[in-house]
Amino acid sequence: MSKLLFFLPEQASSVAGPVDLFFFFMVAVSVFFSALIAVLLVFFAIRYHQSGAATAPAAGVVVGPEPEHAHAQGAMLLEIVWTVIPLGLVLVMFAWSTSLYFTLVRPPADAVAMYAVGKQWMWKFQHPEGQREINELHVPLGQAVKLTMSSEDVIHSFFVPAFRVKQDVVPGRYTQVWFRPTRVGRYHLFCAEYCGTQHSGMIGWVEVMKPEDYQAWLSGAAGGAPRQTLAQAGEQLFTERACVTCHPESGEGRGPSLGGLPGAAVTLEGGGTVVADDGYLRESILNPAAKIVAGFQPLMPTFQGQLSEEQLVQLLAYIKSLGVKPAAEAPAPPATKD
Amino acid sequence: MQTSHAMAEVPGPAPQALDYLNADYGIRSWLFTIDHKRIAILYLLMITIMFVVGGVFAAAVRLELLTPQGDAFEADTYNKLFTMHGIVMIFFFLIPSIPAVLGNFCLPLMIGARDLAFPRINLLSWYVYMVGAVFGTFAIVAGGVDTGWTFYTPYSTTASQTNVIPAVLAGFIVGFSTILTGLNFIVTVHKMRAPGMTWFRMPLFVWAIYATSLIQMLATPVLAITLLLLVLERGLHIGIFDPALGGDPVLFQHMFWFYSHPAVYIMILPSMGVVSEIVTCFSRKQIFGYTFVAFSSLGIAVIGFLVWGHHLFVSGQSAYAGMLFSLLSFLVAIPSAIKVFNWTATLYKGKISWDTPMLYVFGFIGLFTIGGLTGLFLAALGLDVHLTDTYFVVAHFHYIMVGGAIMGYLGGLHYWWPKITGRLYPEFWAKIAAVNIFIGFNLTFFPQFLLGYLGMPRRYHAYPEEFQVLNVLSTGGAPVLGVGYLLPMVYLIWSMRYGPRASANPWRATGLEWTTPSPPTTHNFEEVPVVTQDAYDYPAMEKKVA
Ligand code: HEC
Ligand code: HEM
Ligand SMILES: [Cu+2]
Ligand SMILES: [Cu+2]
Repeated sequence: MSKLLFFLPEQASSVAGPVDLFFFFMVAVSVFFSALIAVLLVFFAIRYHQSGAATAPAAGVVVGPEPEHAHAQGAMLLEIVWTVIPLGLVLVMFAWSTSLYFTLVRPPADAVAMYAVGKQWMWKFQHPEGQREINELHVPLGQAVKLTMSSEDVIHSFFVPAFRVKQDVVPGRYTQVWFRPTRVGRYHLFCAEYCGTQHSGMIGWVEVMKPEDYQAWLSGAAGGAPRQTLAQAGEQLFTERACVTCHPESGEGRGPSLGGLPGAAVTLEGGGTVVADDGYLRESILNPAAKIVAGFQPLMPTFQGQLSEEQLVQLLAYIKSLGVKPAAEAPAPPATKD
Repeated sequence: MQTSHAMAEVPGPAPQALDYLNADYGIRSWLFTIDHKRIAILYLLMITIMFVVGGVFAAAVRLELLTPQGDAFEADTYNKLFTMHGIVMIFFFLIPSIPAVLGNFCLPLMIGARDLAFPRINLLSWYVYMVGAVFGTFAIVAGGVDTGWTFYTPYSTTASQTNVIPAVLAGFIVGFSTILTGLNFIVTVHKMRAPGMTWFRMPLFVWAIYATSLIQMLATPVLAITLLLLVLERGLHIGIFDPALGGDPVLFQHMFWFYSHPAVYIMILPSMGVVSEIVTCFSRKQIFGYTFVAFSSLGIAVIGFLVWGHHLFVSGQSAYAGMLFSLLSFLVAIPSAIKVFNWTATLYKGKISWDTPMLYVFGFIGLFTIGGLTGLFLAALGLDVHLTDTYFVVAHFHYIMVGGAIMGYLGGLHYWWPKITGRLYPEFWAKIAAVNIFIGFNLTFFPQFLLGYLGMPRRYHAYPEEFQVLNVLSTGGAPVLGVGYLLPMVYLIWSMRYGPRASANPWRATGLEWTTPSPPTTHNFEEVPVVTQDAYDYPAMEKKVA
């Protein structure tokens, strides 16, 4: 199809087909209405053409059959018709495109988590297995991928036309995008939100690989497997930055145990609960005073400015790896570095 | 206002009666005038200059995009070019264009008033515009600004190294000019209508300007606040939008679009008003569905305030907010569709002549239809994700703002030109220009829809090679369009001196402005007219002829 329609980017994700289908529906409706208006305009303009009708001196103008004052009832009917039909059509568009949108923004349960950081002017990616890449992201065919993204400076936007997905990357918070690649190949990755001098240079590739090739790539076909997984790197940070002194897995530190936290509902000091999503975890680390966990003192220091976006992501990965039941988990020996 | 009698007594050998143009001479008579018609001319002069400046920036942008590599300009220069193109065209040309020129000139004439309600404030608003223009010029001369016309934070407050503050102040100041003009128009429409000029006898152009003025008064202050907060953060590091200072960057986008979406209607509604005037005159018919066309302007003005979030579908706003904004955006398209249908129906069984203003109206209807329909693509959440921030958006808003709004402006300028200058423009050249603009416009902007769907992001200095063919087509159309715009500048100026003199009513149009001489006298009407007919009573006029 993309060979025939030169304006159609490759369809390389599970949503590309449905998005294109809706696009063609929109094109069809638009062509119909544009053609309708154009044909009427041209037809009327020619059929009722009377050169000089507006400019010719008053005398001698031939007056055709008197243009009737539009018959009031007929006119009303027309007004209703051309209000109601477009209204019905846009409601169909709304329903269709909104359901499409919810598919686009809701990652499926089997999605694997990967992380992206945008900065002027490059993309940095981290895989759960610990691989890091710049301006290039390798992903396995058929596997849904959920990217959690943040920015080190200004707003960027992650855009892969072949996947039909786009999401702004906003400093100070996490945003998410997901896709399921359906075709092996290399696809453009663009920054779509203007971000300064090299905005148009902030481009890269998403490389979709067969699962076995991806495994090979992961295990170092391209230059050696990393020493640590993302969670292990986070664990090391957790010790180095002394988080562990207040958040020991036993649950008997000055801070709450973090096992089983992600996704759980946290009761806050002074009432109210909050779901511990990525945004909450981020805030708890960078701005701990914002929300205090019930039963604890506000004595956690802020780590604002002391952790890079990538390190934050590592900590998050580690906290997530702590699983659901902290007490049952065997305490992992702390990494041997001070 | 009392002086109209005095004027008639002025003795003189000149065979020609005094009018607002020859009533007084010299630069001071222009710079200190409080005549709405002269102020309109002052605006016309300024916005024409701005249009040329903005056009030069646009030409440079298209030149750079001829090749995939960023070779014509440095990346920073390119970024400044598209930014200044946007700022100049939107804030200094398009927003003031029809209201401040044609509205200023025609609105009092059309409702049978001798001037606007506050003539001095009218002059003041031109000076405020000029102060804004000085700041804008300073921003350009001092090295330019590179944030995009949207000034998104935190780029504009922390990262950009360019003259953001002068440029923002330029927009801030020129906004007050808009507010003053809007205020003046609203009071004028409420208070200064001639006897018998009831609300529903008002020409639709007056309705459109009235709706526009409401938006200007209500929305522009929000822009002012937003821009001021931006200056505070950039200048004094008060954290409002920058997360590093505890602010929220997306808040800026909400505030900016709360103004700027309504602002897109500030740009198009007046044009729609012009179309209603012209389409009736050149088909010799009453407008089809007067009340529907009038109320659709108000409908657009009201709903237009509630759709700003459609610019933030991928910026991290909640999915449910997105849903609501999407639904409302779909609804705002309905009044626009109603207008298009009513204009088309007006042609039915008319006596249609193809004079230049009408050619622009044909162009307007066609291009606005495409612009509006592609707006629906963008209002659709699931599709906008792919399209936003690509050339598809660029094409969409150029179809509406250039294909629609500027076509309407040029149509109106030709339509009222005999009234404004007392001269006829050369019809032959005018037709050539209108067709030229239509062709050049489509050559330039249609390929951008395709580029957008292919995935080319906007504001790109360099681009991958697969986008080149379409970019070459687009750049190829630009000079054609440019020639189209140059032609009227040449022959209209020529006609001011050499054009045949126009009669009071060269188009045999209804409307009070045509009952005054061309050009009108300083005080418009010797006697305050009394209105006894509905607007656009062309059928009665045609009957009289027979
Ligand atoms: C001085 C002790 C201390 C240190 C060091 C410390 N924290 Fe905390 N942390 C606390 C306390 C006390 C709370 C609960 C009160 C609150 O919400 O601020 C807390 C809360 C949290 C929470 C929210 C827990 C929940 O149940 O909602 C997270 C996540 C967290 N800390 C992560 C970290 C990380 C990561 C580090 C290291 C970079 C760290 N903390 C270092 C004391 C500490
Ligand atoms: C017919 C109804 C319209 C609809 C449904 C509509 C819809 C939209 C949407 C959803 C966007 C956001 C696209 C995006 O950024 O992803 C948009 C952008 C835009 N529209 Fe429209 N639009 C309509 C009419 C207009 C009109 C009348 C104008 C101007 C006269 C206009 C000018 C613009 C501009 C300038 C932008 C882009 C601003 C920017 O990001 O720089 N639109 N439109
Ligand atoms: Cu960018
Ligand atoms: Cu909008």
